[in-house]
Amino acid sequence: MNFDDTPQEASFRAEVRAWIAANAPTELHAELELAGYGQPALRSGDVLAASKAWQKKKAQSGWACLHWPEDCGGRGASPIERVIWQQEEGAYGKLASIFLIGQGMIGPTLMAYAQEPHKRRYLPPLASGEEIWCQLFSEPVAGSDLAGLRTRAELVGDEWVINGQKIWTSGAHYSDYGMILTRTDPSVVKHDGLTMFFFDMKSPGVEVRPIKQVNGQSGFNEVFFTDLRVPDHQRLGAVGQGWRVSLTTLMNERMSIGAGMPTGFPDLLDFCCEFDTGDGLAIDDPAVRSRLATWAVRTSGLKYTAYRSISALSKGQIPGPENSIGKLVAGQTLQEIAMFALDLQGASGVLVDAAQPSAAARFQAMLLRSPATRIEGGTDEILRNIISERVLGLPADMRADRGLPFNEIPVRAR
Amino acid sequence: MDFDFSPEQRQLKDQARRFLGDHCDRSAVRAVLDGPQSHDAKLWQGLAAQGYLGAAIPEAYGGLGAGYLELCVIAEELGRAIAPVPFSSSIAIAAELLLRAGSEEQKRRYLPGLASGELIGTLALAERAGQVTPGSLNAKAARGLVTGTKQPVADGDIADFAVVAVRDEGDGTPTVSLHIVDLKASGVRRETVPSIDPTRSQARIDFSQAAGEPLGAAGAGWQILADVYDRAAVLIAFGQVGGADRALETACDYAQQRFAFGRPIGSLQAIKHMLADMYVSATLARSNAYYGAWALSTGASELPEAAASARVSATQAYQHCARNNIQVHGGMGFTWEFDCHLHYRRSNLLALTLGSLSRWEDLLVDRLCARRAAKSN
Repeated sequence: MNFDDTPQEASFRAEVRAWIAANAPTELHAELELAGYGQPALRSGDVLAASKAWQKKKAQSGWACLHWPEDCGGRGASPIERVIWQQEEGAYGKLASIFLIGQGMIGPTLMAYAQEPHKRRYLPPLASGEEIWCQLFSEPVAGSDLAGLRTRAELVGDEWVINGQKIWTSGAHYSDYGMILTRTDPSVVKHDGLTMFFFDMKSPGVEVRPIKQVNGQSGFNEVFFTDLRVPDHQRLGAVGQGWRVSLTTLMNERMSIGAGMPTGFPDLLDFCCEFDTGDGLAIDDPAVRSRLATWAVRTSGLKYTAYRSISALSKGQIPGPENSIGKLVAGQTLQEIAMFALDLQGASGVLVDAAQPSAAARFQAMLLRSPATRIEGGTDEILRNIISERVLGLPADMRADRGLPFNEIPVRAR
Repeated sequence: MDFDFSPEQRQLKDQARRFLGDHCDRSAVRAVLDGPQSHDAKLWQGLAAQGYLGAAIPEAYGGLGAGYLELCVIAEELGRAIAPVPFSSSIAIAAELLLRAGSEEQKRRYLPGLASGELIGTLALAERAGQVTPGSLNAKAARGLVTGTKQPVADGDIADFAVVAVRDEGDGTPTVSLHIVDLKASGVRRETVPSIDPTRSQARIDFSQAAGEPLGAAGAGWQILADVYDRAAVLIAFGQVGGADRALETACDYAQQRFAFGRPIGSLQAIKHMLADMYVSATLARSNAYYGAWALSTGASELPEAAASARVSATQAYQHCARNNIQVHGGMGFTWEFDCHLHYRRSNLLALTLGSLSRWEDLLVDRLCARRAAKSN
């Protein structure tokens, strides 16, 4: 049991470290370190431009999507090398957040299902950040029950005509391309009537409307489709195989262990050590200490859980299911910590002025962002279903729509 | 990075699980629960013969000298089996006290017996309800003779010797000294006292001018105890992690078998989500315990923080899994016949074995603040 790199890992780390030291946008480092909860915003400039610039620089030296094959724009790195890269990239990694969906989820799907010319055309600029992709899955009536989606695609000649609405599409407003899951046959069981496509976001018939969120930001969008025409060669997988295609990335997700989800604990510890409640420092209050201890062991537990998975990768093994707890624990903890910090601040906890003395409204931002963490990419409840079914082997939920053709599934109380 | 146990250590773990499966099944635990004896003496001898008790005791003192990672996997399996043996008292605490503070002669005298199971040692610290502090102790030692009453003393009714904590004479800030007392000698009266977990015994011991020999320097007792508690916390955390895993597995098995409303209760989200949350607790505790094991086995300066994290996380996880295991079993979980109460009892016993959860939470925050201060300097 040790935390040391193998000799190969150590030399790889040294190479990464040297390259980052020589090339990273060091002028942004301090601001990125402090970038809090929600989309990173840079006072010193346009975050989208800064992100694209850093990604392009990485791509030119072969550090973009480094676990991808070389002919797709990567460098064929091993999973452990990818982890080492992420550790060394540190705060600069926040500049990669706008590429995450495209590179983490859509890229592997294109590799598995796109036609060869499309792979050659689209994967390298996806890796280098020159083109940004978004994923159009959720709909107003299809969230956790994603396979209940209604956006229709109908074949007319050799083109598909798409009509409907997507929602919660991250980054649709700055994306160049989209990957969309549609219903091509409503007369069969819901999972069997789906088909996946990709398309140009600037096509006629695509309208993007930002959603104003609880925290006032707009990272998500609604996207409306009116007779969007997509050529059949932009279909990913067979007609009716869309559900299987959508699961492609899930099989790889255990191999991608990032720096871990933030819980907000280091921020809270700093705050409690410095904040005078009027009755002494918060850190000296036994009630505060007890709460801190619980959040501390959740945070360290997540960190060392990730280390266990990284160890498996280092030995060339597939990590166990233990990392499935990450977002579930982090999301709840983030929200609890935010509410607790505001409680300590008393009446002034309501203020969101970044100039206020107590923690620069950090916890207020955390409070207003944390509900989304518990919903996006799988709600707490869906994650508990996944853990109980896939890890603990418990039976699947009862479903009232099992075996029914999609167009006979009840949609409202009678 | 290799943040995991080695193949050999995993093999040892499997071997210990098989051994305990053969020698510490349900009936063995129940014999102690329902019978007059305070521990399973045959099992204790068997564990010694396997070399498990002396896994981390150096060869020079009669142990295997294998190391603490080996002892951690054994502790986990003992916790999983709810083994009715004095492992915490004799190995996690008494042996560590001797290794930390014993003279060469004391190590040679006591450690081989602890490793071979022929001697059982324990710590006699608490005297009354509430947190133990140096000032809360009334036991005294004068001219090597120990006087006072200790309770509860874990395994105090079966132990051969106890390390007794006494308050030093004098004004000013109270200090503590440790004395080894032969519990079979004159001046010692002891009786078993009933506790929440009859699979482990607790005693009240009256010392009246009992002969003691100092362990460690006079006045150094509190620091010795603090150091040893960090080491014991990691070992006991592994026992708690083992217990939490077993309680979770038991609950999952029952949720698959038990039908209600025409389907297994494990298909109901109220039950599934409870079990998922138990898995989360158990996983966090295991990962924190691994970090503790790393710190313990390498002698890292991070041990105090790692031990407190392991302790807090494992205590929470075992209590969580044990109480919800009963909940999943419904009324059957509240019967004497089902084993759910054995985990419930043991989880709540272990939660108090080294000082209560709130005390460890407090220690953890102290240590996190110390690290933070060191970083900013």
